Amino acid sequence: MTTVVSFIKQPLVIALLLIVALLALGESLSPGFASADQILRLLIVASLLGIVAAGQNVVILGGREGIDLSVGGVVSLSAIIAGNVMNGADGGILPAILACLAAGAFFGLLNGLGVTLLRIPPLVMTLGMLGVLQGLLVVIRNGIPSGRAAPGLSAFVTQPLALGIPGIIWLWIAIGLFMAFMLNRTVFGHRIYAIGSNEHAAYMAGVPVRRMRIGPFMISGMFAAIAGLCLLGYSGSSFANVGEQYMLSSIIAVVFGGTSLAGGKGGYTGTMAGALLLVILQGILTTVNIDESGRQMVFGATLLLLMLFYGRGRAMRA
Amino acid sequence: MTPTTIETRPIRPGGLKLWLERYPFLPALIIVVALLALNGAFSPNSLSYRSLTGLLSTYMALIMLAIAQTYVVSAGDIDLSAGATLSLVNVVIVVLMEKWGGGASAVIGAMLAGILLGLACGVINGIVVAALRLQAIVATFATSIFFTGLALYVMPVAGTPAPALFWRSYGGRLLGLPFVFYVLAVLALLLFVLSRTRLVTQLLAVGDDQQAAYQTGLPVVLVRIKGYALCGLFSALAAFCLTGDTASGDPLVGSKMTLYSVAAVVLGGSALAGGWTTVVGSLLGALTIGLVNSLVFFMGTPSEWQNFVQGLAILLVLMAGVLAGRRARA
Repeated sequence: MTTVVSFIKQPLVIALLLIVALLALGESLSPGFASADQILRLLIVASLLGIVAAGQNVVILGGREGIDLSVGGVVSLSAIIAGNVMNGADGGILPAILACLAAGAFFGLLNGLGVTLLRIPPLVMTLGMLGVLQGLLVVIRNGIPSGRAAPGLSAFVTQPLALGIPGIIWLWIAIGLFMAFMLNRTVFGHRIYAIGSNEHAAYMAGVPVRRMRIGPFMISGMFAAIAGLCLLGYSGSSFANVGEQYMLSSIIAVVFGGTSLAGGKGGYTGTMAGALLLVILQGILTTVNIDESGRQMVFGATLLLLMLFYGRGRAMRA
Repeated sequence: MTPTTIETRPIRPGGLKLWLERYPFLPALIIVVALLALNGAFSPNSLSYRSLTGLLSTYMALIMLAIAQTYVVSAGDIDLSAGATLSLVNVVIVVLMEKWGGGASAVIGAMLAGILLGLACGVINGIVVAALRLQAIVATFATSIFFTGLALYVMPVAGTPAPALFWRSYGGRLLGLPFVFYVLAVLALLLFVLSRTRLVTQLLAVGDDQQAAYQTGLPVVLVRIKGYALCGLFSALAAFCLTGDTASGDPLVGSKMTLYSVAAVVLGGSALAGGWTTVVGSLLGALTIGLVNSLVFFMGTPSEWQNFVQGLAILLVLMAGVLAGRRARA
């Protein structure tokens, strides 16, 4: 009996159970919600969030209040860069990917340097960087048109690629496998967990703590850049602040996946389920016929309710 | 064995360090003075009595919100719903004042209701974070969505005007002095009284070391809830200032202000980790943001570059604030 309870209390299991429950609820509220087509569409939206959350997850796992508030800015910036580099031509896809990754890595590097060299708390550093990125968006937007997605990119995101499943979902699965490999099977991954659970012990054990703090921020920037690129493919053209919504929802996806904001505990598989859970919840709220105010209230209250299922802090003990 | 010589000179902190310890907001004050000087150099008119009063009445809402944030940061928490609370109080008092006729009694009644509402929002946050033990960043983000929903329910679209009595008083003069000066004076008095209370000390104790505070017998959960209540109260005061400045209700007005309030707290020299905060610093931090914005304008920055330069300048001052604050604490 206890094994059953402990199995059910695992974050990944909670998230999966909630996903099934929400799909059933959605189907009963509006028939067709859980049809194969709809689920594919939800998966596409979830994959965009999930890719941003992958980087966020690495930063949070690294501990010491690790958090990246600048991801939303990088997503928007990357969507604009990609739109302008490819400008509707398939030949521009590869240069666009390289440009976006470079931009994401660059801003991640700046975040990492601020956090390590100057020892600025991640929340403050990435918050300041978000302001810079938002300003940069205004500069770019006034100088050049927003650009269009190449047909190849749009097809990759929205059309079936293999087995009737769009390319972006395959990409998300690949990222999931990559993350599982990186976090569980590489020295880099083990070091992230080590630093996240006890930085001092990790340092004493010879982990290059400083260098290890920069890596996660660069990874986060690059994943956000990939998501921005895919978002451009999803929407066709980039518009103002497309990425803003990903800032806090990526953190919530990580939390719903069972990763502790204190770092050192959790993984990406749960985060994938967390992202899907969040997207399904939003999907249900848009199908239900209530006005915006009611939708927001239900969304906020449900988020709080769901958080109660996950790792709550420990009660104070003497 | 060689005899060990004992150093007789007492180890005393250096002069600068002592000053920083006593007045942790000094770096923020220096930055504000420097920004004022720069503003004056680029446009002497910006230092006139009139424009400074204008700056103060525009940024008084952010000042209040930064102070609100400071109290939760003291206890090591954070409130990402402060801006949403501000929006909610803003629309509720505008609607109530209109409903009750827009006279003096309606204004006072609505403000009392606004204060109660702000306190209620704060207590909800406190219960969710401290009693239910959810993580502050994500939990207060969730409540901010809820509060925004409530604000949209009260006023679906922005634009309902506040009664003339309210904004004329706020933007006007009383006994020959601009009204904001009285707001500032009352705020200073309020902060002084609060700094003498046990609650502020308890908040700092909890923020410094929660476990230690618990073991000395502090009711940690209750103290944190009170911290959030104080944050809600000042968010309501921020809403009054904002309503006086914009003269209308807007259900989404505060959403952009939350992160600025966090930035202002850091700019002022407080530690986000808690246990070391300065409300005067937060006040100066909010002014810094206002002065950076006006400086970028007066420098003649091309309009499309203004946001970028502002963002960059604020990032640089944030770094300076963190570094200076650390020197003071080390």
